[in-house]
Amino acid sequence: MKALVAVKRVVDYNVKVRAKADGSDVELNNVKMAINPFCEIAVEEAVRLKEAGTVSEVVVVSVGEKSCQEQIRTALALGADRGIHVEVEGRPEPLEVAKLLKGVVDKEQPQLVILGKQSIDGDNNQTGQMLGALAGMGQGTFASEIKVDGDSLQVTREVDGGLQTLKLNLPAIVTTDLRLNEPRYASLPNIMKAKKKPLDVTSPADLGVEMSSHITQLGVAPPPERSAGIKVEDVAQLVDKLKNEAKVIS
Amino acid sequence: MTTLVIAEHDNTSLKPATLNAVAAAQAIGGDIDILVAGADCGAAAEAAAAVPGIGKVLAADNAAYANQLAENVSLLIADVASAYDNVVAPATTSGKNIMPRVAALMDVAQISDIISVDSPDTFKRPIYAGNVIATVQSSDAKKVITVRTTAFDAVAETGGTAAVEAVDAVHDAGLSSFISEEVAESDRPELTAASVVISGGRGMQNGDNFQLLEGIADKLGAAIGASRAAVDAGFVPNDYQVGQTGKIVAPDLYVAVGISGAIQHLAGMKDSKVIVAINKDEDAPIFQVADYGLVADLFTALPELEAAL
Repeated sequence: MKALVAVKRVVDYNVKVRAKADGSDVELNNVKMAINPFCEIAVEEAVRLKEAGTVSEVVVVSVGEKSCQEQIRTALALGADRGIHVEVEGRPEPLEVAKLLKGVVDKEQPQLVILGKQSIDGDNNQTGQMLGALAGMGQGTFASEIKVDGDSLQVTREVDGGLQTLKLNLPAIVTTDLRLNEPRYASLPNIMKAKKKPLDVTSPADLGVEMSSHITQLGVAPPPERSAGIKVEDVAQLVDKLKNEAKVIS
Repeated sequence: MTTLVIAEHDNTSLKPATLNAVAAAQAIGGDIDILVAGADCGAAAEAAAAVPGIGKVLAADNAAYANQLAENVSLLIADVASAYDNVVAPATTSGKNIMPRVAALMDVAQISDIISVDSPDTFKRPIYAGNVIATVQSSDAKKVITVRTTAFDAVAETGGTAAVEAVDAVHDAGLSSFISEEVAESDRPELTAASVVISGGRGMQNGDNFQLLEGIADKLGAAIGASRAAVDAGFVPNDYQVGQTGKIVAPDLYVAVGISGAIQHLAGMKDSKVIVAINKDEDAPIFQVADYGLVADLFTALPELEAAL
């Protein structure tokens, strides 16, 4: 069974992103970039399924500018077998990314497609579900456990009330939540090996997708700043402040 | 202009998030109907009909919509939504699960997690863990929108007398089925709707120590939350997590105990009215957003606090 994993290049999660002074966009110059943490979990899960003998090949795909090949190499170093780079300029919207991934799914015919539940830049949480609708596949979003069982997949999902378990026909989509696994670190020999793994470059035209835009970003601004308050001496003073100054307890 | 609000419910009653979504729909303007999709969901449909200012309630009552399976419900919503300009749902795990499928079926973008409505086609939404607020304009004729519930004050629950109309369309994609769920039973208020939240982090050291928070939560009528670190460490279940990718809360009072204050956690609670931080590390970033900071060992401070309340 083949697994397809989608990964995205994003600003590293430790970076505190700021709006540019003119409010036109976020400041991304000289900012450290990395594989989106949820996508890393997706790669790890596919590699574990391969190690368990459930999956025979792990194909990793990324949609973006040339620089996202770095993140494909990262995924290859973690254990994916080959990469596909769908080269596009700028920042495609989730619907367009889902259409491009649908094109890749049509070509590759994976039984399992694993994506991160959201990217930590746009915080949209859309692409996996959109791909599910376009490809006519069932979805197990926000997964904390998956189990392949013959021609179906059992997915445990993290939902507002707790946990929910679903059964999906294969092929199916999974989007990862934080507790699905803890990704490994790539070893140096594996990083070297990853450089020799195949990486194909394709384009929206090759995939038969016409790119379009539905959303215009008019501007960005910092959120209202919260200023630090005061330090209280002890619990008694804290309770007094909450009662008499903030008036949030009685 | 017409807007369809997707109700969040448990078949017998409406979840409060629905009332926040209706508020966002009102900010967009125009006529508002509510869709209640479920199985044996008549009572939830009646509850939706009591929300003031609603034109009508569409009730799709069929086994295919039990458990809100995204594959089935998205087909239904896309079908019903053809008669509307906007489809609005709360950005709960259910809304996040279903609505992007709806948008893809309708071939439009989804505008996720809006926090304000500037005009019927222009919205504000947080990006980069809320470190930046983007203003975005949609050029789609039909809009699919999810709403950050804490950013819109809930509309009244009762006072309306809308008609309930049955939707007979049955969409069963046949792709998925429900097996089981583990839902935590609790007498405490729901985390996202509580007026007081007390959360524990890695500093709690283990799950048993969360009992130290329970006594205080009982006295304050608070919900209990946690940081990602505490959930990852297995101290408490995933539904406690407050943060960028967990639950977003904005209570009147948020008490962070043993939480250092990573940006991902702050993204989930920094719109709280009053923030209290209890941490023994005086340099912890949580103090930069706290109205009242107490530098103390939580194992001494928490029993003292419980006694003082």
